[in-house]
This record gives sequence, structure tokens and C-alpha cells, in this order.
Amino acid sequence: MRTMTATRKEEKVGQVSVKKGAGFWRKFVQQRYLYLMSIPFVIWAFVFSYLPLWGWTMAFQKFKPGIPFLKQKWVGLQYFRELFADEQFYRVLRNTLAMSSMGLVAGFVVPIVFAVVLNEVRVLPLKRFVQTVSYLPHFVSWVVVAGIVTKMLSTDGGVVNDLLLSLHIIDEPIQFMAKGGLFWYIVTASDVWKEMGWNTIIYLAAIAGIGPELYEAAKVDGASRLGQIRHITLPGIRPTIVVLLIMSIGHLIGIGFEKQFLLGNPLVSDYSQVLDLYALNYGLGLGRFSFGTAINIFNSVISVFLLLLANGIFKRTTKESIF
Amino acid sequence: MQAIKRFAGRPWSDQLFEAVVYLILIIVTVVTLYPFLNVLAISLNDSTDSVRGGITIYPRAPTFKNYETIFAFGGLITGLKISVLRTVIGTILGLISASMLAFTISRADFQGRRFVSTFLALTMYVSGGLIPFYILIRDLNMMNTFAVYVLPGLVSAFNVFVIRSFIDGIPYALQESAKLDGANDWTIFWRVILPLTKPALATIALFLAVGQWNSWFDTYLYNGSSEKLTTLQFELMKVLQSTTTNADQFRGRNMTEVMRQISPESVKMAITIVVTVPILVVYPFLQKYFVKGMTLGAVKS
Repeated sequence: MRTMTATRKEEKVGQVSVKKGAGFWRKFVQQRYLYLMSIPFVIWAFVFSYLPLWGWTMAFQKFKPGIPFLKQKWVGLQYFRELFADEQFYRVLRNTLAMSSMGLVAGFVVPIVFAVVLNEVRVLPLKRFVQTVSYLPHFVSWVVVAGIVTKMLSTDGGVVNDLLLSLHIIDEPIQFMAKGGLFWYIVTASDVWKEMGWNTIIYLAAIAGIGPELYEAAKVDGASRLGQIRHITLPGIRPTIVVLLIMSIGHLIGIGFEKQFLLGNPLVSDYSQVLDLYALNYGLGLGRFSFGTAINIFNSVISVFLLLLANGIFKRTTKESIF
Repeated sequence: MQAIKRFAGRPWSDQLFEAVVYLILIIVTVVTLYPFLNVLAISLNDSTDSVRGGITIYPRAPTFKNYETIFAFGGLITGLKISVLRTVIGTILGLISASMLAFTISRADFQGRRFVSTFLALTMYVSGGLIPFYILIRDLNMMNTFAVYVLPGLVSAFNVFVIRSFIDGIPYALQESAKLDGANDWTIFWRVILPLTKPALATIALFLAVGQWNSWFDTYLYNGSSEKLTTLQFELMKVLQSTTTNADQFRGRNMTEVMRQISPESVKMAITIVVTVPILVVYPFLQKYFVKGMTLGAVKS
């Protein structure tokens, strides 16, 4: 008896697995259009997003273009040693971290304040007009923004210098774009100018989700407008702020290089070089592919580390995970 | 009159508060708009007159000469053509890929769903970096081609997830009833899903189009030596960089000949306006859509 049930069971198991396999292919045929609509793009993503990772091998080779992979000379960690021995590298790292943390702080505080202010505007057409205006710089390229910033800060006819001169704050025009010490502030201010309005969208949505009865109750309790902001609006968007803050920690090092490339010039290069720009100028520009790839790897590894760190903090604070 | 009465009736702290709110609004509006108006005024002002300085938001000696001069330069016409072409093609291809992928991973019954969505999500976090990507493009023989503008960025995980969260809001019963009528997944996608996804598609189309229109770095890196493939942004970037003494990072020809006729300042301002106007014309009309799209995307991711 026992053996019989056992064999029967086995049969059943066998049947099920056979059925499962056949079911997969039957379904595959049934869902052929779904596969047709996804697999080509998956291959696409593989080529342009995953394949570059294979290029990381270059950092461990004395890479020469045009030679087959197996014939390249392997050098181990030589380029990483070179990178960490380079004095320039530490300056670049300092610039990257300085500009990204300044951007992080300003990029948070200003949009939150602006969103709260917008929310207090009771004249709706006016509110909508200001919102539309504030979105404009987001859609304009960094090339244009860099051109505008350079123009506004220029010594001949730049509005900032003209204004400061006419208010007698300064006696002669300041060469803003030639002062290394000012570069980080200029980049941060340009970034705020460009993205301030755009970044209010999420906060405004969060504010809109706060129940009106809370405000009513506060009004009954005699809270002033400022008091309502402090006790209702800000606590109401706190979760949104926390999530966005943690998520942006993950992007702390990958700040891109467009602004620095377009706003920088040789006079301020000690302050404008960031990791990606360093890879571009000292890797690609000089044909040192391996060295440049080592910089890229350093960048990516730190980014992923920060991302995991941020996710860890996020888990701790909210018991949820971003991914 | 009534408004004033209402205003006067409130406690002074609320009045002060109100005043501060409107002051901030005015400051933001002026700080945002003034630079654009200033650039526009200079671009419409006589070049020799502009050198005197002092132009604010209206031209002192109005003329279209600056625009006539820059459009007489062939590079700008080529740039305009390529920029329009890459914006149109890149947007269409990007929309098709993002909506198809979004449709497939929105289907709970799709066997490849988990794999496809995980595979896509990972692309948001992994990046090989600038140089491996450059080598890849070179190995694929995509240097100095138009394809490099539209193909590498074809699949964007962010766009897929925005559209997908929108499709999730469409009742599945619609797809089922279409199926009963004999429609297959291909027809369901084109006839049922796409028409209902229009608001999300409008948002993504705007993002894609703006991204394409504003790109300059791919031209600089891959097509910098190919005059036929130049873009507007790249031309503007070259003109801007040429006098900010960034000459060492500079390659290719520039508009020095044009600049001899009118001042470099006027050339820059005129091109800036040419590059900005198309965006200015489009985005306010799509505001309703992209605000929704942004909120949707943020909530989901």
C-alpha cells in the first residue's frame, strides 16, 4: 500500500512538473505579443546599461584601443594606486562633496519654504501664474542657464554688479566668474534658481493631502497663519521631506558635471573640477582610458555604498525599504 | 473695497504675514523672469548700442539684425534641423518603448513580469560611467552618427514606471472585454491602453522632448567633429565657451566670422532666445499633465 501511494505521489509530482513546463510554453505562445513588446527593449537596456559594466575590466588592464580583450596587459590595481596617489584627486573629491552637500541643503530648504509660501496664496490665478513662471528655468538647458548666469554676473552690464554698485555696497565690479572661492556658491545658487519651482511640485502635492479640518481646528484654537504652518503644514509634509532627503543622500556623489563644465573656466578649475569632469579631462581627454575608468568605478562604488546606507537609514526610521 | 476691509479686519501679525508672502512671490517672479527679459531685450537691440550697456528689459535701439546675422550662418540652420529631428524621433521612439514596457509589466498574468521590471529597475542604480560608455559607443561604430542621439537613451526606467502606475489605474475589465471581442494583446495595447494613457504620455513626451532638445554633451563627445550633425545647444555652448576662456576644452569651429559683424554678446543672446523659445511655447500648456505625472512618479518610486 505504502509503496503504491508513494509511486502514485511521484507520478503526480512528475505530471505536475511536465504540465508546468508545457504550461510555460503554451502561455509563452499565448503571451507572444507581450514578449514581443518587452524583450527587444530588455536587450536594448542590456546593451546600453549593463554592457558598460563589462568595460570596468579596463581599469585593471593597461588598456589600448583596438587590441582584442585577451591580448590586453593586466596590471591589477596599478591605476587605483595611481589615482589615490594623485594630489589632484583629493581636491576633486573635496569639490564634489562640497558642491553636492551645499546643493543638498539649499535644494531642500528653498523649495520647502517656497512651497509653503505658495500654499498661503489665496488668490488662485496669481498662485498659478507664479508657479508657471517658476517652472520655466527647469525646462531650459544648462547651456542656456550657464550663459544667463555668466551674463548676469558679468562685470560689464551684469545686473548683479550694477545693482550692488548703485546701492553702494561695492565700489567696483566684482569678477564673480574669476574667483575660485565663489564658484561653489555660484553653482549652488544657479541650481536653486533653476530647480526651485520644479521641486515644489512634490511638496505642494503633499501639502494638498493634509486635511482641511486640521486647519479649521487650529483656527478655532486661535493659531496665527505662522502658527498653522509650524504646527500643521510642516509636520504634515515631514514624511515626504524625510523620504526625499534620504533618497538624495544616495545621489550625493553622482552630482553630474554639466554645471561645473559650463560655468567653470581655467581660472577657477581648482574649485570646479568634480569626479566626472576629472575622468573626462584626465581620462578621456588624454586618452588614458584605464585611469579614467578607475575614477568612474570609484564614483559608482561610492554611489552604491551611499545608496545602501541611505536605504538602511530609511528602513530604520520608517520600517520600509526604497527597493 | 471689500477685500481691503477683510484684510484690515485681521490681526496685525496675519497682515504682516500676508505682506511677506506677496513680497516673496514678487521676488521669485522678478528673479526668474528678469534674466530672460534682459537677454531678449539685448538680442533685439542694436549690437553697437548694446556695448554701451544699461539695457534692462526693453531694447533701446530695436532691430532684428542680430537674428538675421546668426541665421545667415549655416551652422545654426544645420543645428536647428538636427535638433528638431532628434527631438521628434527621440520622443516618438522613447514613447513607444516606455509605453510598451509599461503595458507588459502592468499585466499581472505576464510570465516575464518580475524579470522585466527588476531588470529595468536595476538600470536606475547601476552605471558603468562615462568612459566605459564612450568605449561602447565607439565599439558599436556609433561615433559621428545621428543614431547616437536617439538610440542609447531609448529605454528609460523612470518613464516606464510613471506610465505603468498610470496604466494600473485603468480597470482590467476593459482589457478582458476587449479580449472577449477577439482582440489580442497587440490590439489591446494600441486600441485600449494607449488612448486611455494620454495624460501620462503627454507628461513623458514633454520630458523626452525637453531632454532631447536640451542635450549638448552627446554632440560634444561623439559628434563634435561632424559639422552635419551639430545641434543648436552645441552651437550655443561653443559660442558661450569661446570667450569664457575655456579654450582648452574647446574643439571644432566657432562663429568668429559672425561675431566680427555683430558683437559676441549679441550673438550669444540671440541664440539663447532661439534655443529657449520653443520650450517657452510648449510647457505652460502641458503644466496640468506634468504636475500630475511628477506626483504620480514620486509616490510610486
